[in-house]
Amino acid sequence: MNFIIGAFKPACHISVSFSDGKSRKQVPLKKENGQTLMVPLFQSQENILGKISIEPVSGKKVEHNGIKVELLGQIEMYFDKGNFYDFTSLVRELDVPGELYERKTYPFEFSTVEMPYETYNGINVRLRYVLKVTINRGYAGSIVEYQDFVVWNYTPPPAINNSIKMEVGIEDCLHIEFEYNKSKYHLKDVIIGKIYFLLVRIKLKNMDLEIRRRESTGSGVNTHVETETLAKYELMDGAPVRGESIPIRLFLSPYELTPTYQNINNKFSVKYYLNLVLVDEEDRRYFKQQEITMFRLAETS
Amino acid sequence: MMISDGIEDEEKWLAEGIAGIQHNAFYLHRALDSNNLREVLKYSAQLLSELRTSKLSPHKYYELYMRVFDELRRLEMFFKDEDRHGCPVVDLYELVQHAGNILPRLYLLCTVGSVYIKSKEAPAKDVLKDLVEMCHAVQHPIRGLFLRSYLTQISRDKLPDIASDYEGEGDTFMDAVEFVLQNFAEMNKLWVRMQHQGPMREKEKLDKERNELRDLVGKNLHVLSQIEGVDLEIYRDIILPRVLEQVVNCKDELAQYYLMDCIIQVFPDEYHLQTLETLLGACPQLQSAVDIKTVLSGLMERLSNYAASSPEVLPEFLQVEAFTKLSNAIGKVIEAQVDMPVVGAISLYVSLLTFTLHVHPDRLDYVDQVLGACVRKLSGKAKLEDSRVTKQVVALLSAPLEKYDDVVTALTLSNYPRVMDHLDAATNKIMAMVIIQSIMRNSTSVSTSDKVEVLFELIKGLIKDMDGTSTDDLDEEDFKEEQNSVARLMHMVYNDDPEEMLTIINTVWKHIMAGGPKRLPFTVPPLVFSALKLVRKLLGQDGDVAGEEAPANPKKIFQLLNQIIEALSIVPSPELALRLYLQCAEAANDCDLEPVAYEFFTQAFVLYEEEVADSRAQVTAIHLIIGTLQRMNVFGVENRDTLTHKATGCGAYHASLIPMGLNRRSTLRLMRVGEGKLIRVLLCLKRSLRIANAAQQMVNVTRGSSGPVTLFVEILNKYLYFFEKGSPQITTAAIQGLVELIKTEMQSDSTTSNPSSDAFFASTLRYIQFQKQKGGAMGEKYDPIKL
Repeated sequence: MNFIIGAFKPACHISVSFSDGKSRKQVPLKKENGQTLMVPLFQSQENILGKISIEPVSGKKVEHNGIKVELLGQIEMYFDKGNFYDFTSLVRELDVPGELYERKTYPFEFSTVEMPYETYNGINVRLRYVLKVTINRGYAGSIVEYQDFVVWNYTPPPAINNSIKMEVGIEDCLHIEFEYNKSKYHLKDVIIGKIYFLLVRIKLKNMDLEIRRRESTGSGVNTHVETETLAKYELMDGAPVRGESIPIRLFLSPYELTPTYQNINNKFSVKYYLNLVLVDEEDRRYFKQQEITMFRLAETS
Repeated sequence: MMISDGIEDEEKWLAEGIAGIQHNAFYLHRALDSNNLREVLKYSAQLLSELRTSKLSPHKYYELYMRVFDELRRLEMFFKDEDRHGCPVVDLYELVQHAGNILPRLYLLCTVGSVYIKSKEAPAKDVLKDLVEMCHAVQHPIRGLFLRSYLTQISRDKLPDIASDYEGEGDTFMDAVEFVLQNFAEMNKLWVRMQHQGPMREKEKLDKERNELRDLVGKNLHVLSQIEGVDLEIYRDIILPRVLEQVVNCKDELAQYYLMDCIIQVFPDEYHLQTLETLLGACPQLQSAVDIKTVLSGLMERLSNYAASSPEVLPEFLQVEAFTKLSNAIGKVIEAQVDMPVVGAISLYVSLLTFTLHVHPDRLDYVDQVLGACVRKLSGKAKLEDSRVTKQVVALLSAPLEKYDDVVTALTLSNYPRVMDHLDAATNKIMAMVIIQSIMRNSTSVSTSDKVEVLFELIKGLIKDMDGTSTDDLDEEDFKEEQNSVARLMHMVYNDDPEEMLTIINTVWKHIMAGGPKRLPFTVPPLVFSALKLVRKLLGQDGDVAGEEAPANPKKIFQLLNQIIEALSIVPSPELALRLYLQCAEAANDCDLEPVAYEFFTQAFVLYEEEVADSRAQVTAIHLIIGTLQRMNVFGVENRDTLTHKATGCGAYHASLIPMGLNRRSTLRLMRVGEGKLIRVLLCLKRSLRIANAAQQMVNVTRGSSGPVTLFVEILNKYLYFFEKGSPQITTAAIQGLVELIKTEMQSDSTTSNPSSDAFFASTLRYIQFQKQKGGAMGEKYDPIKL
């Protein structure tokens, strides 16, 4: 057994380090295997630079046909797993073909990299950024090492941010007016609002506010939509009467939200909705869904 | 079966809830011990989730709540100590709001809110406002009530009151007032809404359950009353209008009743007094089923006590015209609540009356006004049958009597008798008795004919048969008691002025004359004596007492007396009438009114002859007649003769009918009538002798006793008496003859010897002997008699 494992052992260790690694913010990233690891966080237009060191295992010589590092932005559709679509691909050659006898370190630099899309882990689609180091060895099989990093892009607060105000109802049965203070929320925002009961002829049991994420992938006839409820927040307990006004105050920070993504590289979109759900005593549900725009606000701290 | 299952199920659910709390409390304590904030929040939220149940009655829910409450105290201690969890309180305030379920979230928020206020990192008013707003989210009545009750509880010592730790920097007690008012309004809404939970058939059960929760709502009013900054102005301009708005608008009888009462009990009396108009203005707007009379009674009772507490507060009452306001309010309430039973209305008037008696003891017009309102309420209604109503009316009528210790005051109330008219006969009598007793107890003198008129109008239930009732089925004892009371009352009716007194007597007579055969024997004598007393009083005065010109002269009185006694004799009660005639005759004698006295005697004789049937009564009657006649000195010869003749005739008439032992003494007594004027003495004595002979013969036939001899001896003694007095008709020969007659009788065979009559005769002879030997004028007089 040991022999077999030993046979597949990589011939060398490759490690990638970022030059500002110590000071750069690290964020958790969920891997395919379910594990979460902390990776550096970048945003578009940043310089990505650092060092790659390659160390052959216990004095073995490593022959190669050249060493390169690529910066890849990839979209992976789960129905087409393993097939990555690279929307960004930058290459830096690190070494000409030759042999490595001992540990060798290569600096690399990608300047003002255009990374328009954010890292995203959805249900049917994944968008990732990765540094890919390849030691090309021809027939012996190339040695490849990946270093993930996360990209977040910040948006300034919108100039216009109207509240959402709407009157809805079922004729002669239930009329409510609800108001959310904004239509655009940042990820750590608080939704403030209220629900005003204009007419209540059904016995309500409770009322929840749900945050739903709608992820659509593909296009045309192949569009695939997946909706996920990320938050279910009880707003009201019991049956209100006409004239009652129920407050809403929902902190968004506890939930794993992303900004709204609009047609990312023609591959997918992610939209957010607030779904107001009223449940009556017979467990019938009445709901009204309203899209909100999520954005990432630069953290000041 | 269903019900018992329901109860068992509820026990089970409660047990499950408690188990859930204990389970989570275990982990919560562990988390608290290890200062693990995340775990603390998690388990406290789970623990609080047990309060989300809908299956428990308020009573059982309370049990659950109390257990949770204990845990929340620990939690608060933990939140307070930032060193333990390392989270600034402002962050904590956000953190607890991440909880997904509303009820645990809000309990946690209140708990942190309490710490937040204490930390003074935010103005108390802002935190309180936020909490009270957020609690809107719980619309379930029971859960909402308990949640808000928790809010009341934790905020009580953190209100930004005057001189509290939380005052200042824009926080004033007005914020505290605002907060409590808001919480109160919401709690009241939830409480009222409770009645719509569940099917209508369980209404009774629901009402009971609701009632159990009322103090949760009322607590807020209590808190308001405790806020130091609240003064009359704030209460009048802000608190009261806001609270009343809730009370009126909730349109729920249970809540309205409780809250009105609560307002009255919780806030100071001087506030009530100064805001009477507002408070009372709400009353007619309440639901018709609200027991408003109890509420108002409570208010008036409190105000009465307040008035009684210190005389210094009385001007306040006058200043705000408390009586008028209360009176108007009651009128409006009665008008508005058409379904209010009569008893309710009357009991309101009782309270108002009590109030005015306390507050305005000098304002009899107020009292009369209340009674008048009562009359209006009762008018058009049949006699009161409902015993509760009756009781209230009695209370109404008794209150002024008790207060004034003086029925005379009540007599000036024009509406008093009109209220009494509405009582049924039995109660009317009871009330009349109360009135009389009050007079007796206080020795009140009723001194004008007007008052007497009113008084007797009041007690007419006692002095005559009322419509539709008869005296037949009355308890004899009670009846006597009543009539004796009326009789006693007559003596309280008095005026020093003869003229007025006569009017009074006339008035009384006018009232009692319809009393009927059972009452007149009780009521006439005191009136007669009262009149006689007046006669005697006139006698005692100087001047021409019998003057025809004086408005009150004896002659007039005697005329009246004649009428009065005549009524009694017709009833009939001849023996009593006879006695009274004789009394009058005597009085007339004293007044030197011969014809009047003669007339009375005539009346007495008529009664004696025509009405007195029983022989014993006849004897008594004749004794009385003779006794009276004996004292008369007004009669001229002719009248005296007629009367004496009549009297002796009567005696004779007797003699033939009744056993001698009785009648002979009557006859003898008759003889004394002639004393002084020596009229017809001889005739009498002769008649006596004749009777005695007849008696003797009769006795001989019947018993053969020694009776006649004794009788003769007695006659002899009378002869001697008149002889000594110098009566010309009694001659020595007559005495001599009688002595011989007796001797003969005693020796006759038909007479058995009788030691006592023998001894009587012997001592009589000894007396004659003694007088003969005494010498002097008397000795000379006796000298011709030979023994």
